[in-house]
Amino acid sequence: MHHGKYRFIVGFLTVPLGLYALFVVWPFIQSIYYSFTDWSGLSPEFKMVGFDNYTRLVHDDIFWKSLWHSLLFALVLPPVTIGLALFLAFMINVGGRRRKGGPVISGVRGSSFYKIVYFFPQVLSIAIVALLFAFAYNPDSGAINSLLRGVGLGSVQPLWLGDPGLALWCVMAVLVWSTVGFFVVLFSAGMASIPADLYEAALLDGASRATTFFRITLPLLWDTVQSGWVYMGILALGAESFAVVQIMTTGPGGPDYSTTVMVLYVYQKAFRDGQAAYATTIGVALLVVTLLFAAVVMRLGRRERLEY
Amino acid sequence: METTETPAPIPSEPHVTVGKADAPVDGPPRGKREGTVLNVFSHGMLILWAFMVVMPLLWAVMTSFKDDRSIFDSPWSLPDKLHFENWARAWTDANMSDYFLNTVLVVGGSLIGTLVLGSMAAYVLARFDFPGNRFIYYLFIGGMSFPIMLALVPLFYVVNNMGLLNTIHGLILVYIAYSLPFTVFFLTAFFRSLPASVAEAAFVDGASHSRTFFQIMLPMAKPGLISVGIFNFLGQWNQYMLPTVLNTDPDKRVLTQGLVQLAASQGYKGDWSGLFAGLVMAMLPVLAAYIVFQRQVVQGLTAGALK
Repeated sequence: MHHGKYRFIVGFLTVPLGLYALFVVWPFIQSIYYSFTDWSGLSPEFKMVGFDNYTRLVHDDIFWKSLWHSLLFALVLPPVTIGLALFLAFMINVGGRRRKGGPVISGVRGSSFYKIVYFFPQVLSIAIVALLFAFAYNPDSGAINSLLRGVGLGSVQPLWLGDPGLALWCVMAVLVWSTVGFFVVLFSAGMASIPADLYEAALLDGASRATTFFRITLPLLWDTVQSGWVYMGILALGAESFAVVQIMTTGPGGPDYSTTVMVLYVYQKAFRDGQAAYATTIGVALLVVTLLFAAVVMRLGRRERLEY
Repeated sequence: METTETPAPIPSEPHVTVGKADAPVDGPPRGKREGTVLNVFSHGMLILWAFMVVMPLLWAVMTSFKDDRSIFDSPWSLPDKLHFENWARAWTDANMSDYFLNTVLVVGGSLIGTLVLGSMAAYVLARFDFPGNRFIYYLFIGGMSFPIMLALVPLFYVVNNMGLLNTIHGLILVYIAYSLPFTVFFLTAFFRSLPASVAEAAFVDGASHSRTFFQIMLPMAKPGLISVGIFNFLGQWNQYMLPTVLNTDPDKRVLTQGLVQLAASQGYKGDWSGLFAGLVMAMLPVLAAYIVFQRQVVQGLTAGALK
């Protein structure tokens, strides 16, 4: 029987583990190795060059630009998105009119409708969202500028994605738009499970709604907020920011590299410029930034766990 | 707690005595007003955001029915008539039908593969004790937090060396591999939560391990499989980065890729209405799937961030 058990385990694990090792784990390990070579990716030959790629990285202005933009993504997007989502979720769950005989706090009418609608962008491909907003941002015939003209602000016609100072923020706004709904639903689920008597007690003691939010809701939701924060940061550093920047901004990451983020730079170095080894070096830097970000958020966010 | 008349929160008077039935506080009117102000404010903000979410989508649908001239001249006006020919043109001339078919093939194959392989691995990891169990589990879930882009460069050459570049089955295998971390994570937790007694009974009755798995455990795991299946459906249907790197053959493009390429090339051809029709076509299946399976989608998506 023991024999049968191990044969079964091996039989069931081999294929999934094999696929995963071959296409995910092995490339990860390889990329760190390749970052110490001068591999172009075009020919099979390469030699070890030690830390040359890393030295080059330090002197690469565009790398620093992309790092800065990625950091901006990771530092600005989570608080904005999560703050907005917390606000909306609080409104959904606490903002309801008090009905006679009803509980002291209640959700707004149609709360499930809001949750369903807010989630729409989350199920759409980020590529489609990016395309859609690329049209909306078009300075001449885009929806946003013509809306501005329509309400009498014809003199305000920003270039949006064409303006080096604005492009990055435009791209970030799209990521906020597409992810807020997810967090609203996530936080709503958390808020709904907070017992109503806690609010009742606080309100009886004269606490305002804002106080109840900061003293009751937020502390009890803290674990969820924190993991949401990490999740959003990883997302902002990774695949999602690649799609929005690559699709929405033109050329090499916006006017004058104004929107280049690290993932995009990895992609360009590897698949456009034929510098696979250097690309993996930027990738390693991205990995370090991601891990540091997660570690810092977990560390700063550490609090005593509240039970209820 | 069932109170009929709960006193209103009055910030300036912190210690309002809790009103018994015979001692009504002047709460109700002020309470009502306070609740109403908040209620109006909440609804206002909530409607504003709902508007901001729905507007771009409605705008896209509306634009897909307009002719090219009015798209540029008056982006916000309603279409003069419903130009269904945009949709027909997108479907046939702009190859949307091909992209659609490719996407269905890739997602269909990877979804089945992900669920079968993911549940096999998760089952073994959840219910059997063997050396290396923990290590393999963490190896799998570690994949959830690493930036994919780092692996993508060597992955390109792994796939290339195996002769799988620009093939549908190659893309399927890679999709499965990258879907396994979350799937294994989710299903391991799920299999752990299932009662052990049923499987044990089956095993005592002489069923083999694999028979127990396929005939007893898998049917029991159906709710979990549905949740994680929808999650993977959305993720794989929406995948953009993997096909962009691993699938550069124009005939093999998936929807997201095809649309982005189309947007780049339509800039020259000027068929914006066709492009919008394609865009809306690509949005509809996922929105429909979401509305139908709303509860499971939310469950599947939020499970990852909550743990």
